Amino acid sequence: MELNPLVITNARLLGGDSVTVLAVAGSISAINPSDLPDGAETVDAKGQWIAPGIVDLGVFATDKPAFHFGGITRAALMPDGAHPLDHPGMVERAAKGGKPDLWVHPLAAATKGLEGKELAEIALMKSAGARAVATGRRRIADAGVMRRVLSYAAALGLTVIAHAEDEGLTHGAVATDGEMATRLGLASAPAIAEAMAVARDLMLVEETGAPLHFRQLSTARALDLVREAKARGLPVTCGITPAHLFLSDTAVGDFRTFARLSPPLRSEDDRLACLAGVADGTIDILASGHDPRGPEDKRLPFAEALPGMAGAETLLAMGLQLVRDGHVTPARLFDLLAANPARLLGIDAGRIETGLDADLILVDEGTPWQVDAKKMAAWAGNTPFDGMPVQGRATAMWKGGVRIR
Amino acid sequence: MRNRLPPPKRSALMTSSSIRPASDYPPGGDAFRHRHLLGIAPLTPWEISYILDAAEEWVEMNRSGAAKHDDRLAGLTIINAFFENSTRTLLSFEIAGKRLGADVVNMHAAQSSVKKGETLIDTAMTLNAMRADAIVIRHASSGAVQLIADKVDCPVLNAGDGRHEHPTQALLDALTIRRRKGRVEGLTIAICGDVLHSRVARSNILALTLLGNEVRVVAPPTLTPPAMERMHVATFTDMDEGLKDADVVMMLRLQNERMDGAYLPSAREYHALYGLTPARLDKAKPDAIVMHPGPMNRGVEIDSSIADDPERSTITEQVEMGVAVRMACLDILTRRKRGVPGWN
Repeated sequence: MELNPLVITNARLLGGDSVTVLAVAGSISAINPSDLPDGAETVDAKGQWIAPGIVDLGVFATDKPAFHFGGITRAALMPDGAHPLDHPGMVERAAKGGKPDLWVHPLAAATKGLEGKELAEIALMKSAGARAVATGRRRIADAGVMRRVLSYAAALGLTVIAHAEDEGLTHGAVATDGEMATRLGLASAPAIAEAMAVARDLMLVEETGAPLHFRQLSTARALDLVREAKARGLPVTCGITPAHLFLSDTAVGDFRTFARLSPPLRSEDDRLACLAGVADGTIDILASGHDPRGPEDKRLPFAEALPGMAGAETLLAMGLQLVRDGHVTPARLFDLLAANPARLLGIDAGRIETGLDADLILVDEGTPWQVDAKKMAAWAGNTPFDGMPVQGRATAMWKGGVRIR
Repeated sequence: MRNRLPPPKRSALMTSSSIRPASDYPPGGDAFRHRHLLGIAPLTPWEISYILDAAEEWVEMNRSGAAKHDDRLAGLTIINAFFENSTRTLLSFEIAGKRLGADVVNMHAAQSSVKKGETLIDTAMTLNAMRADAIVIRHASSGAVQLIADKVDCPVLNAGDGRHEHPTQALLDALTIRRRKGRVEGLTIAICGDVLHSRVARSNILALTLLGNEVRVVAPPTLTPPAMERMHVATFTDMDEGLKDADVVMMLRLQNERMDGAYLPSAREYHALYGLTPARLDKAKPDAIVMHPGPMNRGVEIDSSIADDPERSTITEQVEMGVAVRMACLDILTRRKRGVPGWN
């Protein structure tokens, strides 16, 4: 199929200057070109923002309608599933799961069956399309295994994506220690469970020199450790989801299972520390943690419900709220949403530069809408932001110069 | 390890043990503005007081001889849905419903389709379709009763959900204290034992602090919930210190599974540190009363000599008050359905 050249005019590049973007044969060929080719398909952005398609690091389902709604062109798929991504064949199939209108980048299970015991076939999974290694929903409890995973993956040029919660402290817990958990009678664990896991893994990073990414950090203490490790030059990065930036543990009041997350929502002090971590650059990646869960997993008593949120549709709107609140610039927001996760995955994407794939979105940054769990594009509406008024959404999306919506 | 609290505030409504006239309360349904009884947390002091006053009348009737019957709930169906084993609470609710003339049906989880994988919501919808006029629920998971209450059309009474709340227990405890002490405010009340896992403790902390008492929690550090200071209680790990000058000593049941080493080394070590012995009770005020929600582990959390002392122990009285409080709750919560004037 012959792909017509694409011209997007009158678009504000990352909310800044008005530009014209030309894409030829699926790649960005020029920004503000001096002349336009014949037969080009022209789109007038009418002053909307143009941004790279979002690269969502760490989703639990290939949920295309939600990703398309959210302006997500690439999704890095966590290895946790009914059948963990611990085998090259599984990885290869998962990598094809998004074709033709979504890039899926599988994350290889660090250990067989995600059991944290034996190394999985990381090299073969890399050949099959895995872009990084992940420990899954839990951390690897055994420090010896974690050390071997880190050094083995580093030799293959892959970053390890870790979960950070000490399993001893958090055993059986569904909330963070505090007034809310005590009032509701929910089993809870101290917030330091996260920092303890981070501290151990930072020691291992120092020892092995291997790159490590904490998929979600949510506490002041853990961010302090990462901030200090970065200052020492350790190859460590961390991410967060909007839930931990905009909600504290009061959101679980009334036993709202949509606010049952892993890690659990934290205190207001920790939430503010997370916002500071986004602003000062300690936090590198903003991701949706997209984990759609139907009523069979969520319409249950709080402790019996499974953790997770459908986050893909609200990721961009919540990110824009960070801009409006003055925590980040628009350019930095799209570093968090696209450039940084792409770099971690080792893919040349997530930026608007000539020569890169034309994975683009137009963003109407101001129009208000209301999150409604009953009207979500995702296959389940388990959003902790249900009912919240938000602003901004993706209005158009191209993958490799092909219009998706 | 004790943080001193400011003296409790006095509540105007709680000064007397006598039954107040109806004119002391807002008219009609405004005296108790809730569709369900899910916990103490949503209640106001005067709503608690209103239930206690109503219960006093049922105590009179229950004690009045042979004819313990009032047919105001005749024709109504009350389902006791117990997803967790219980003998005493179930029996108490059953007697309360029957004394009011209702048709009472008990559903035990062990015999139900819950064990066959039916979800709680489906069970709730089933109960709802049977047109119950009130449902009493006990469940092992915190929040489960509220989940059901959101799905059914009739009043729901929480008979204990996980470690969250057990409101009728707190109400019957408040009534017992009020009858013994003449008031349930301005007292020093020590709640002792496994507070972490106890819904009885949570409901009692809420009710007793709300009514203006100084509430202390005496528990091993492994069984003390986090952030207790946010519940306006002082915490003690030393029982002698925690009982000092207490008016009421409220013991909690220690579940056997807590004594397997995870939370406590052994039953005998627990008894050595936290068992209520006559010597320990001497630290409290000379007229202090001893309460226990039952069933008791004699020789573990409480010595028999105290449990069987009618001057001190209120344990059987609590059981008696339980029936009266539950009658009051069933009566009040079904008034809307029964078309009692002012309750629409």
